[in-house]
Amino acid sequence: MKSFNYHAPKDVKDASKLASSSSAFLAGGMTTIPSMKLGLASYKDVIDIKNIKKLSGIKVSGKSVTIGATTKHAEVAASKDVKKAIPALAKLAGNIGDAQVRNRGTIGGSISNNDPSACYPSACMALNAIIHTNKRSIDAEKFFTGMFDTALKSGELVEAVEFQIPEKADYQKHPNPASRYAIIGVFVAKHKKDVNVAVTGAKSCVYIDKDLSKKLSSNFSSSAIDGTEVKSSGMNSDMHASAEYRANLVSLYTKKAVEAC
Amino acid sequence: MASLVGSRVERKEDTRFLQGKGRYTADINIANQTYAVFVRSPHARAKIKSVDTSKALKSSGVVGVLTGKEIAEDKIGGLIAGWAIRSEDGSEMKVPANPPLAKDVANFVGEPIAVVFAETLDEAKEGAEKVKVDYKVLKAVVDPADAMKSEAIHDGVDKNLCYDWLLGDRKAVDEAFSKADKIIKVDLINNRLVPNAMEPRACVVDYNIASEEITLYTTSQNPHLSRLVMSAFGNVAPENKLRVVAPDVGGGFGSKINVYNEEIVCSWASKKIERPIKWVAERTESFLTDTHGRDHITHAELAVTNDGKFLGFKNETIANLGAYARVFGTVTPTYLFGPCATGVYIIPAAYSNVKAVYTNTAPVDAYRGAGRPEATYTIERLVEKAAMELGMDKTEIRMKNFPTQFPFKQTLVHTVDSGDYVAGLEKAKQMADYAGFEARKKQSEANGKLRGIGVSSYFEACGIAPSAAVMSLGCGVGLWESAEVRFNPTGQISVFTGAHSHGQSHDTTFAQIAADELGVPMENIDVVHGDTDKGTFGMGTYGSRSLTVGGIAIVNACKKIVEKGKRVAAKMLEVNLDEVEFKNGEFVAIKSNKKKTIGEVAFACYLPGQRDEMKSPIPEGDEPGLIESSFFDPANFSFPAGSHICEVEIDPDTGNVKVEKYTAVDDFGRIVNPMIVEGQVHGGIAQGIGQALHENTQYDETGQLMTASYMDYTMPRADNFPEFNLGFTCTHATSNPLGVKGCGEAGAIASPPTVMNAVIDALGGQEISMPATAEKVWEACKAMKKSNAKAA
Ligand SMILES: Cc1cc2nc3c(=O)[nH]c(=O)nc-3n(C[C@H](O)[C@H](O)[C@H](O)COP(=O)(O)OP(=O)(O)OC[C@H]3O[C@@H](n4cnc5c(N)ncnc54)[C@H](O)[C@@H]3O)c2cc1C
Repeated sequence: MKSFNYHAPKDVKDASKLASSSSAFLAGGMTTIPSMKLGLASYKDVIDIKNIKKLSGIKVSGKSVTIGATTKHAEVAASKDVKKAIPALAKLAGNIGDAQVRNRGTIGGSISNNDPSACYPSACMALNAIIHTNKRSIDAEKFFTGMFDTALKSGELVEAVEFQIPEKADYQKHPNPASRYAIIGVFVAKHKKDVNVAVTGAKSCVYIDKDLSKKLSSNFSSSAIDGTEVKSSGMNSDMHASAEYRANLVSLYTKKAVEAC
Repeated sequence: MASLVGSRVERKEDTRFLQGKGRYTADINIANQTYAVFVRSPHARAKIKSVDTSKALKSSGVVGVLTGKEIAEDKIGGLIAGWAIRSEDGSEMKVPANPPLAKDVANFVGEPIAVVFAETLDEAKEGAEKVKVDYKVLKAVVDPADAMKSEAIHDGVDKNLCYDWLLGDRKAVDEAFSKADKIIKVDLINNRLVPNAMEPRACVVDYNIASEEITLYTTSQNPHLSRLVMSAFGNVAPENKLRVVAPDVGGGFGSKINVYNEEIVCSWASKKIERPIKWVAERTESFLTDTHGRDHITHAELAVTNDGKFLGFKNETIANLGAYARVFGTVTPTYLFGPCATGVYIIPAAYSNVKAVYTNTAPVDAYRGAGRPEATYTIERLVEKAAMELGMDKTEIRMKNFPTQFPFKQTLVHTVDSGDYVAGLEKAKQMADYAGFEARKKQSEANGKLRGIGVSSYFEACGIAPSAAVMSLGCGVGLWESAEVRFNPTGQISVFTGAHSHGQSHDTTFAQIAADELGVPMENIDVVHGDTDKGTFGMGTYGSRSLTVGGIAIVNACKKIVEKGKRVAAKMLEVNLDEVEFKNGEFVAIKSNKKKTIGEVAFACYLPGQRDEMKSPIPEGDEPGLIESSFFDPANFSFPAGSHICEVEIDPDTGNVKVEKYTAVDDFGRIVNPMIVEGQVHGGIAQGIGQALHENTQYDETGQLMTASYMDYTMPRADNFPEFNLGFTCTHATSNPLGVKGCGEAGAIASPPTVMNAVIDALGGQEISMPATAEKVWEACKAMKKSNAKAA
């Protein structure tokens, strides 16, 4: 690891001021630190945002659940409020990586990193989340712009993620046997008017499967998507899973999620 | 006093290990030390055109930079192959030079080219980045199946072939095959594994300018052997000027047998730069450069009669040695593999033919089981397939071909002294509720799942010793083991052993046996190992040899202590020698019942003089002191055996395989500490299930290791296993006085075929290769559905 300047600002303003093209925010460090150790990334300034009180915590209102950026996966998984309002979200958080990762990794870090096989982005998409930053509020579908890419501008800091509470929802994941990231993950959310099927792991970036969403919107039962072919074209193919296998898992886990709702 | 041998004594070493107080090589720091970072080849095969160190030398904090050129100039020797194997045509094996720092060509990704020493680790890393190596990249040979048809990667090694070895009689086999009703055939891949010891390799070297002695702290399974190799072949220092210390070592599994490039380079360099040096591998370096395991391609055939008798066995294997032949690299796929490939069966005619090839991949060497897992996989897949094709029960076909008379002269090499294979399999069947399987299968089917059961009966040759045998098979050294027992005047005892514990719990097991022999509490005994300046000599720990060879040396040394004690006690008790008995730590004069404890006798041994009333207790012809040593060389290997049964359930929609039940019944002869033995079996089974279902080492076609981190290399985890159901049968080994057989590798030997047989059973006989990953199994399930549909 190359040496760097470590900063621990107490508020968002200072954090933002310190940011530059050669800096990184440090939340859980579960991605940042290994990439620095492996020499894949190096920064002049590392800005630790864990001391900014405002960024952590969970708030539930009648319509939404808002989770502060530095809230850890383990906290979300254990939260009574989340379990009551959106149990699928608590379940998702509880199945991320392993205990060590869940006790450090944060929701803000997860979505800002936008790993194509991360779990949270699918929840954001399916639950019509709004990403609140220190500059603006961004709809989830505009936030995740590509592989490891987001709408965040340099120095922009995620402060919180606001999820719309659905009628029902479930998250199903086929873990990568080595890393336990998602080979694929499917977040199904049934809202008042429509159903969202968000898929992670299958392609270079999280997406809504429009076909499956539409069919389930008109009939929310697993039989509604019987025989619906999920196309493998455009899906990732690597040593852990071929595109065909991923396509099979997407349709299978969508059904499982619907049945679990 | 109750015997300690046989009881579940808690591990002495747990106090330090479980409290984080272990002292590993990386914990050792020496004043004024420098940090080493190696410059490694990023290419699988490349000519090294030039190495420019000028910028690195100017880099901040850099103390020195050394390359293959300097090491060649100083005539430092390379890494060695420890066993000489001959080809079928009588020619000697072809072994390329393996310099510690590659000078002209790099032959695998990660091979060290240069080394940078600096004041801090960060500075060493910076410096290493500034070493400029100019490569001419060559086409790499990666797939062992193609190696013999590819361009030779080493000068003088035609077809990349190290040897083409034969054990057995082809003619007799052909004859047997001509009489068969049926020939069962399998094509198998024994997947390459990365050992993944929890502690990465490391070394710390301290050169003493005054005494010219080098002290090397290192992560070795066999410090004395390391010293011998580094001195005799590496030319690093004379043996008496080289001290090798292997303190606590966090797992080896075979990967820490070899003396590696880094140890040789740092030892040589410490003298050159006159500074201590510390090097600790990063996990990526472990993945790339620790010796790997397995990597066989096998075609095997079994000739059978319609009623399930075995007539003959053929085994044609290509073994991948990787880029270089290392210490056990050449023997693992030959004498550790071929003889055991006929398994626990009477097979009148057999041969094993192995072609060992070089490729541009990490060197392959012994890994837990070394050759015997590959052998067991070969025969046990064949036997299971034979049962399927003949429509016989898989346990019945095995029973039918088990020997019942011991010693059992196995077809190819070994004479197995003792065993009861029938009892083992019967017990396993009972413990696994074999009879209830069909009902459980129906239950699974009702839930939309496929259920399979697999059996494997194994034996293995371990306790790697008999010097006479191993040397006749090509080993470069004798493989006895030594021990020294020092009875100190105040009653504490130090037991020195040449075996080395890196997870095997010798502190406890060896103290148990010494305590029984000497009749003293275990607490009085300290087991000392891992330091060439302390123990006499040793061959180290691998091949499940610590107890069966090293443990017996301890027993014999203790017996010598007791003998001398008797002589001294007789004098102290003023009786004849034959009137003294040793019992429960006391020397008793049979007639008078007068006693001296072994502690009193030991104390007396250190007081040979006369004063006032006190007379010297040392008999004529004896010397003062109470220290005895022994070198034990057994008459034969030890032959643990057993039967394992596994049940898996497969989800055909995802291909996920769940190990539902795992039963292991093993015969390890007499068991010293059942708890420790169970731990060894657990670990072995976990590694075997890892091989069967999870661990998937993959190189791409250019020779880059794709699975070089835990993000991609699947280590099995606790939630991949059911609770293991363990049982034991016992027939004593006759080749050692304790009747013990090795237990360290059995779990890893028996389990891969057990699990794969279960998976293949669930798939209706459809064969798939290891590891049976979800996607592979899913593909097989799809094919099964299709063929079922066709049949219907
Ligand atoms: C072994 C392992 C297994 C894992 N398994 C899973 C899994 O199953 N599912 C899953 O979803 N994830 C998984 N992860 C990812 C993990 O859960 C973390 O979410 C992820 O590593 C990043 O979160 P972090 O808080 O550690 O971020 P960091 O590593 O601290 O930061 C990551 C990136 O985000 C930026 N960043 C952090 N916080 C903010 C912010 N508030 N605003 C703007 N930018 C920010 C940083 O600058 C950096 O570029 C796994 C990780 C590991 C190491």
